Amino acid sequence: MSLIRIALAGEGGQGVQSVAEILTEAAYNENQQTIYIPNFGLEQRGGVSIAFIQFSDKRIGAPKFNKADAVIALSGRAIGRTAGYSDENTLFVYDSGFEFDKEDLPKKAKKIIAIPAVDTANKVLHPKVFNIIIMGAVIGLTKVVSFDAAKEALEHKLGHKFESNPDLRELNYRALEIGKEMAEKSLQEEVDNNG
Amino acid sequence: MDKIIGEPKKAFMTGNETVAWACLAAGADIMFGYPITPQNEVMHYWTRLAPKYNRGFLQTEDELSAGFTTCGAVQVGKKAFTATAGPGNVLMQEPFGMAEAMRLPLLTVIQQRGGPSSGTVVYSQQEVTLTTYGGNGEGHRIVYSTATHQEIYDYVIKGFNIAWKYRFPTFILGDGYQAKMREPLEMYDPQDKGIEMVKPYSLIGVPGQIGVDREPQHLCNIYSLEEELYDVVMEVAAEYETITPELVEFDSKYCEDAEVIIVSHGVVSRAADDAVKILRNQGIKAGYFRPITLRPFPQQQLRECIAKSDAKQLLVAESAYGQLERLIKQEIYGETIKINNLFMPGVGIIDFDIINKVKSII
Amino acid sequence: MAMLAPATPKSWYLPTKPHKFCPGCGHGITLKALGEAIDELGIQQNTIFGCDIGCSLLAWNFFACDSTQTHHGRTTPVMVGIKRARPELITIGYMGDGGGYSIGSQHLLNSAVRNEKVTLILVNNTNYGMTGGQMAPTTLPGQITETSPYGRDAEATGYPTRGPEFIAELTPEGAYVARATVSKYKQLRRFIRNAIRNQMEGNGFSFVEVLSTCPTNWRTNAQQTWSFLEDKMEGYFPVGELKNPLGKGDK
Repeated sequence: MSLIRIALAGEGGQGVQSVAEILTEAAYNENQQTIYIPNFGLEQRGGVSIAFIQFSDKRIGAPKFNKADAVIALSGRAIGRTAGYSDENTLFVYDSGFEFDKEDLPKKAKKIIAIPAVDTANKVLHPKVFNIIIMGAVIGLTKVVSFDAAKEALEHKLGHKFESNPDLRELNYRALEIGKEMAEKSLQEEVDNNG
Repeated sequence: MDKIIGEPKKAFMTGNETVAWACLAAGADIMFGYPITPQNEVMHYWTRLAPKYNRGFLQTEDELSAGFTTCGAVQVGKKAFTATAGPGNVLMQEPFGMAEAMRLPLLTVIQQRGGPSSGTVVYSQQEVTLTTYGGNGEGHRIVYSTATHQEIYDYVIKGFNIAWKYRFPTFILGDGYQAKMREPLEMYDPQDKGIEMVKPYSLIGVPGQIGVDREPQHLCNIYSLEEELYDVVMEVAAEYETITPELVEFDSKYCEDAEVIIVSHGVVSRAADDAVKILRNQGIKAGYFRPITLRPFPQQQLRECIAKSDAKQLLVAESAYGQLERLIKQEIYGETIKINNLFMPGVGIIDFDIINKVKSII
Repeated sequence: MAMLAPATPKSWYLPTKPHKFCPGCGHGITLKALGEAIDELGIQQNTIFGCDIGCSLLAWNFFACDSTQTHHGRTTPVMVGIKRARPELITIGYMGDGGGYSIGSQHLLNSAVRNEKVTLILVNNTNYGMTGGQMAPTTLPGQITETSPYGRDAEATGYPTRGPEFIAELTPEGAYVARATVSKYKQLRRFIRNAIRNQMEGNGFSFVEVLSTCPTNWRTNAQQTWSFLEDKMEGYFPVGELKNPLGKGDK
């Protein structure tokens, strides 16, 4: 796999950084080269939180990048904040459940697609697995890690919670699955619309 | 020495966590620290690990105290370390100066943040001047600038050994990116790699009976006479110059036929490495030079790289406004090669930035 | 008639005697009391003596004990680092009022709060002696110094720091806090001995302020020197033990 760069952005508390942590750990377990760096600033909470993630089969250079292969923006503010990471090769994904100014969408992108992750989390699953849906969506969109590796990393990260509440495991796995399917469907629709 | 890691094993973690594990594996006895971003997690991980391995920790009232308590602990023969950044690094120059004067083997990890003043808590390479030459008077120290988590691990272990072997305060110069990012590395116990750890020893509180089989040890850092100080400074300077060839470390690539040599250090050298490869693929003869020790600086090696290449130009790339460039200029005085710069103070540099700059100057 | 104590404590380092303090300076008396206390407690071999910058610095090779000399105000953290690293050693920090109460006050205050198991002896002579007699945190109201040539104006520069009083407030149970004076030698020696014993017993932070004389910078003759110490200083800075976990049994 050649280098894949992902910028994952959302509001503080949405779990963007834990998604990045689990995804990169999954990639690491699959013997990929991977780097993850959070943007961190003064605020402990609040503000737009961005995870810069890179996957490759070769040694990775600088920890940050200026253009991403995929940008996933999970709030209105996050869209504006990350539009600059998009160019003509970028898949720009945002959540359809947020109000935002259309002007904030990137001027350049290979594709801009919306996914209903927030809506699905709230109505079909549970708000707290929103970030796991996103994780599934990232996998569906970029294939950076295998589904099994993602489940394994999820188990590693949340296993202690699953122990006391086995239903949680099922819920998380379903969220991952639904996220992946949601992304694949969005990509397919895009192809259908364009084709 | 106790085995901490067991069989060498792969890990995926942040740079700060790497520091804590490396200190543990190196046999560090105690850490003194004061909170400042982006080094906090060094303390966070150390305080979780230390009690399990019977190691010590004290959170002091400020960085002056963190530096001086570390000075105290090494004087009585314990492997002690501290970590800081930015304004904390400024405060610690006072104890570092004492360590230079009294030849105290401190190990300090600096995770550079933006400046001047509080600047940012994020990242920079703006603490090069301070870390290499920050003391009052003319003391001597050893500064390693790391680029990867593997190097953080390796050089923390090496740093303790170098500090205790030569008795100069030793620094691991990282940055906010290295502190906070996660990447893979291999952890190991030094003995499994054939690394013998230098045993710490006391300068005061030494074995024996005063007045029976030894004299009392009186350490000092102040002198009554100019001549006394002169002798000490000259003696230490001479000793440092003697060991410099054993200390300098660098990396260079593609310099033989290079038209332009990119000089960078630390995390920026990763981007420079990528940039050189891409430029070469595009038919541009770029070379790569990276000082690993910023002090002592591999000046002879850089001069040789310039000499054996056809390079007419250097490009100094740094996340600072000329701190590495100033070091280079003083170290290669007399060379006529043109020195260009890519200064991006307090922000990251990627291959794209370097490639564009190279194309603009050739 | 009672026997006089030997003139020179065993723990003094003879090659550095006679010492370098000015005639009439109280450091020599304080260091004699400390030397005798070290002898009585039999701790010469496992004591680390640390001294500050300022006149206290001149004691850097005073004792036949392992010794270290630090920066202005930084003796406290160096002693804390040593004690934390090697708790079996007896650490005695020696400093002036400028080092302890001004430039090193954050270290003194926080070490006291943490109840660090170190002994600190702070010599209060109401001025910065080594640098030529500037105003110190302990300079008395109206007292003339090089930087208060018209007398210390307490409205503009504050009132003298009462160190043992604030340390007594800050320290938890187990701390030993006292103020001694070079005019009462036996009491001085007892307080210093108590402050070391308190560390040896692992009780807590142990602090003695010693009211001392500086005729050189005070520009006083012998009688005026003694009068300033006993009448002015001891009036403003009450002498006695503020905290003593060792109880009354000691004399």
